[in-house]
Amino acid sequence: MGAPAMSKTITIDGKNVPFQDGQTIMNAALAAGVYIPHLCHNPQFEPHGSCKLCVVSVNGRNMTSCTMPAAEDMVVANNTPELNSDRKALVQMLFVEGNHICPACEASGNCQLQAAAYYLNMLSPHYTHFYQPRAVDASHPDIFLDLNRCILCELCVRASREVDGKNVFGISGRGIGTRLVVNAASGRLGDTNFAATDKAAHVCPTGTILIKRQGYKIPIGQRTFDHKKISEVQMEPMEPDHE
Amino acid sequence: MTFELETAAHPENLKRIVIEPVTRVEGHGKVTLLLDEDNRVHQARFHIVEFRGFEKFVQGRPFWEVPVLVQRLCGICPVSHNLAACKAMDMIIGATVPVAADKLRRLMHMGQILQSHALHFFHLSAPDLLFGFDAAVGKRNIAGLAAAYPDIARQGVALRRYGQEVIRLTSGKRVHGTGVIPGGMNKNLSLDERDYLLKEIEQIIAWSQAAVELIKVIYSERPDFHNSFGFYRSSFMSLVRSDGALDLYHGGLRARDEHGQTIFDHVDYTHYWDYIHEEVKSWSYMKFPFIRARGREQGWYRVGPLARINNCDFIPTRLAEAERKIFKEFGGGSATQATLAYHWARMIEMLHAAEAIQELLHDPDLQSDDLVSSGERQLRGVGVIEAPRGTLIHHYRINEDEQIVRANLIVSTTHNNQAMNEAVRQVALQYLDGQQITEGLLNHIEVAIRAFDPCLSCATHALGKMPLEVELLDAAGTLIQRLIKDSDGRHRT
Ligand code: SF4
Ligand code: FES
Repeated sequence: MGAPAMSKTITIDGKNVPFQDGQTIMNAALAAGVYIPHLCHNPQFEPHGSCKLCVVSVNGRNMTSCTMPAAEDMVVANNTPELNSDRKALVQMLFVEGNHICPACEASGNCQLQAAAYYLNMLSPHYTHFYQPRAVDASHPDIFLDLNRCILCELCVRASREVDGKNVFGISGRGIGTRLVVNAASGRLGDTNFAATDKAAHVCPTGTILIKRQGYKIPIGQRTFDHKKISEVQMEPMEPDHE
Repeated sequence: MTFELETAAHPENLKRIVIEPVTRVEGHGKVTLLLDEDNRVHQARFHIVEFRGFEKFVQGRPFWEVPVLVQRLCGICPVSHNLAACKAMDMIIGATVPVAADKLRRLMHMGQILQSHALHFFHLSAPDLLFGFDAAVGKRNIAGLAAAYPDIARQGVALRRYGQEVIRLTSGKRVHGTGVIPGGMNKNLSLDERDYLLKEIEQIIAWSQAAVELIKVIYSERPDFHNSFGFYRSSFMSLVRSDGALDLYHGGLRARDEHGQTIFDHVDYTHYWDYIHEEVKSWSYMKFPFIRARGREQGWYRVGPLARINNCDFIPTRLAEAERKIFKEFGGGSATQATLAYHWARMIEMLHAAEAIQELLHDPDLQSDDLVSSGERQLRGVGVIEAPRGTLIHHYRINEDEQIVRANLIVSTTHNNQAMNEAVRQVALQYLDGQQITEGLLNHIEVAIRAFDPCLSCATHALGKMPLEVELLDAAGTLIQRLIKDSDGRHRT
């Protein structure tokens, strides 16, 4: 038909995947129906490259596929036992770094971290929990912020800056002390112009940014990941917002 | 009364026996007995190491999360905590729960009553009741029951499973579902789900009737023994419907004294503290609630199936009401006080739950989509239900940011704290006093505790495998003798 012929290709796990100049390996893969696990990537925003779940082996070298532009003749290994085992370890580390109590969390069933854990066959957190004290901020009338569950993917930071034009969120601190911060003198969400209708209020892959009083309203069985794997959901034409 | 056995006058010269089951859940209990050289009982106490961290743990959490969070409190009756907390949250969001949601919650609750009572009776109590309290340990469990009475054991399992199915279909999951939300429910019962449950309900009712018959036969074979075992008189407290009917989901609080005289009636539970206080005793982590009007010494009471069947004026389902009348007649027309009558009352309630489920399933409201409401927000919420084990009180205060700032829970087992201690002392006096202590005799104490179906017993006995350690120490704390029962029922020293 009328679509421009894409003659350039890479191979991912032996499959030919066409790409356009400037397209990342991740986006080329998604367009071709090849799933590469990811958490901090969302095609609606600039890539960030922080979670490292999307690492693939390109001609024998590991690279983050969400930031790496595709180039002709790249031979990419993605769905291999080694890479998936590394990915599982990364997810396990996220679980022990924060305080993720899935059974009581209202994001359960809609959470990408949980869904990624299922996808990667994570059966236990494996590592020792850090039990780090993390703050909650309930000062905003419509939004509850629970940093226990933040994985520092910066999707909210990007959404607030790029879409809402507000810069409500930022990241501060280093290493294990890194935290999501709120851009107000008081540090409280209630003292910003953040609104429940903002894009940033709906992009969090975990249960960190929550619209108040909405928890558990969707019955079990109708939640995003009740019947679909994260690989299916993240391959859908337009990734839905996560609420 | 045996208050004199609560604290021995001269503990220094007595030897100590500790019955300490090690449990899989947060709560665990132990019994300590102080005996003199002639094995005369001078002190008997039942302690529960309770999950006290909870009230702190919910602080700062958003109120709508709490009903799901509290299900983790207890592995045995999560639905009860879920419902009680949600009733408190209904009040916080100023909701009048729509009729359909109210009925769906009742259905879920009846499923919970059915499964919990079936578990307790068939798995935990029937082996003691059928084989005798000092029968071989290896026999006194569900496996022994299945070998000797295969039909009864099978029906027990089926009743429990049916209750769990009711819970699954109303809450969305077999355990720790999320169907109940502040202000109502997030799902109704589809016609398919209803038909699936209707298929078996006749059979479930028939088996529940058979269970009532069974306990009646057991009881009336040795009425004197069953009546006198751990006998004492007490007040009873429970919720009743505005017309005096048995109502396990909602109502006003009613308390009657040991002579059946009303202490209070149709009390609005959102002001429970005007009627009930909690006393702290140095030797137990669990508080001792008492009825204010009667004071610390006299104010203790019993809750649970026995309290409810004694307290209500009638049961609003036909078969269970007929059984209540027989039960009442047995008690000579007034409240039955026997500790072991808990089992009988429990089975009448199980029959009521089965009948109530059938009635609800035929109600077209269960397919309604009008499931949630809300109104003007309050900063305080109290929710009370009759959980399988008795009155359950959840009380919360939130701040303007909608976070929990204070929580107070009075669980069924806490209401029964003094009563269970009383039962332990009675049995200690009746059966252990002056005797050489054996495992069989110690099991008598457990039988008395188990009649109340306290959470800890339920959890540890779930598979009829309570690990138990009994230590005899002399006054100086030196170990004289130790008896260990492993979870496979084997003994070692
Ligand atoms: S709050 Fe959510 S979106 Fe923002 S950085 Fe944390 S996990 Fe990512
Ligand atoms: S998706 Fe590429 S690093 Fe997170």
